[in-house]
Amino acid sequence: MSELDTLLRAFGEAGGNRGALGERETAHLAASGNAVLSSRTVEGLEMEAVETDSGIAARIRLRAGVKLERPVHLCFGVLHEEGNQEIAMEVTIEPDARAVFIAHCIFPKAKKVRHSMNAVVNVGANAGMRYSETHYHGPHGGIEVVPKLKVQVGRNGRYFTEFALTTGRVGRLDIDYDVTAAADAVAELTTRAFGRGSDELMIQERVVLAGENARGLIKARVALEDQARAEIRGITEGNAAGARGHVDCLEIVKDQAVARAVPMVQVNNPQAKVTHEAAIGSVDKRQMETLMAHGLSAQEAVDVIVKGILQ
Amino acid sequence: MPLLDVRNVSYQAGEGGAAILNGISLTLEPGEVHALLGTNGTGKSTLAYLVMGCEGYRPASGQILLNGALINALAIDERARSGVTMAWQEPVRFEGITVKDYLCLKDHDVDAAHYLGLVGLAAERYLGRMVDKCLSGGERKRIELASILALKPRLAILDEPDSGIDMLSIQDVINVINAFRAKGTAVLLITHREEIAGIADRASQLCRGTIICAGNPAKVAAHYKLQNCRACHPGECHYV
Repeated sequence: MSELDTLLRAFGEAGGNRGALGERETAHLAASGNAVLSSRTVEGLEMEAVETDSGIAARIRLRAGVKLERPVHLCFGVLHEEGNQEIAMEVTIEPDARAVFIAHCIFPKAKKVRHSMNAVVNVGANAGMRYSETHYHGPHGGIEVVPKLKVQVGRNGRYFTEFALTTGRVGRLDIDYDVTAAADAVAELTTRAFGRGSDELMIQERVVLAGENARGLIKARVALEDQARAEIRGITEGNAAGARGHVDCLEIVKDQAVARAVPMVQVNNPQAKVTHEAAIGSVDKRQMETLMAHGLSAQEAVDVIVKGILQ
Repeated sequence: MPLLDVRNVSYQAGEGGAAILNGISLTLEPGEVHALLGTNGTGKSTLAYLVMGCEGYRPASGQILLNGALINALAIDERARSGVTMAWQEPVRFEGITVKDYLCLKDHDVDAAHYLGLVGLAAERYLGRMVDKCLSGGERKRIELASILALKPRLAILDEPDSGIDMLSIQDVINVINAFRAKGTAVLLITHREEIAGIADRASQLCRGTIICAGNPAKVAAHYKLQNCRACHPGECHYV
């Protein structure tokens, strides 16, 4: 079985849609370790990927005015127990263009694996990008995930990102996102993660509302059990009139897990407004009672609540 | 044998705390609707929590029996599996759970659309929505009632099912209570509305943790309206 088949098989077993990567009308890029296994582009989308010593370097450009109907699939992974994968990515969404990217990161056997990403994203004026990254990890926890992202969103641009790591062991997660939004732009960052065992999660997300009427939302949903630890830093700056930002952090802790939330808001213009809310604790008692009054056991109720916030 | 038999139940908030309920006794037959009336702070919701078995609510004395079996020590989920359930006055919200999933929590084959229809909600508008803060208070309340109906309980405790529901939709609440009755479900109904209490088979009025009047709902409501206990202080109360 080829490396690509193995990657796709693991992807399918993790619940992914294998068929999407075979469709001629769907752009994709698949890489295992530092090997580019497959790529396909569509009209209006330039995608170049080269292999480096420790991973791949990709450059993606969506031409002005192009609106892709189908999502672009990015499939990355390390299929062996040990390995290193460094992804360097440069993405440009030119003015008035729009695309959805779905990234699948697959590490089914990882015992000593490091996966890092350094991405620079430019979303042009009136352009839109939605980037959804879902991780599929195995049960061992010997993995280190280090995504760094720097995003510029142009005037009236839209940028949405969703990061999900809820199946398998997290290992060590160190997210560092930094987004700057120009006038009338919108940026939303959502992170969902479930830490177990000795997993360690550090999530830092920063949104700078640089232009007038820019909008920003940082939303984090984290569940922790066993001895897992997490720190979430949601940072929002309101630097222009009419800018509106919100940081919303919810962490559920069980067992001996430890959670910390550090919402930081800074307003440098009296006409900007930034708010935050953070809640850390065990599962809400009233939610538990309500579900138990529906006949669920205490454990079933916890599972439903945690699954819901990580949905 | 009554379905629910509350025998001389007293409850106090914490050890040595204030007495909330004093020697409450009431029974419910299968399919019977029993309304509880009383001003705020008289112990109606406390009685509901004691019957449901909520955390921290166990009788200081007295017995609660379901179909003749003592349930004082049963946990809330054990009571639920015995056929008791409850709709809280202010239902909680759940992130990431759709209305359809909420109605099918215990049974995936539940016809969720049917139960939404019973509470006056259009399935096509609500089944895919989340049971979260995007719902209005009234919508959330109706969904809670639909979920309770879907459970087909033997005893449903409804804590002010009409609060948060617009005046024009009060008939929907009455229809829901009648739907419980039609399915043979007994209802312990806490309400402040006379027209809701009026459909009950029996009613009890609480004042300062004691049942002071019980029987025909119209008579109990009249008693309640005539001399309510809003100025209830020791020595001043008309009833206690």
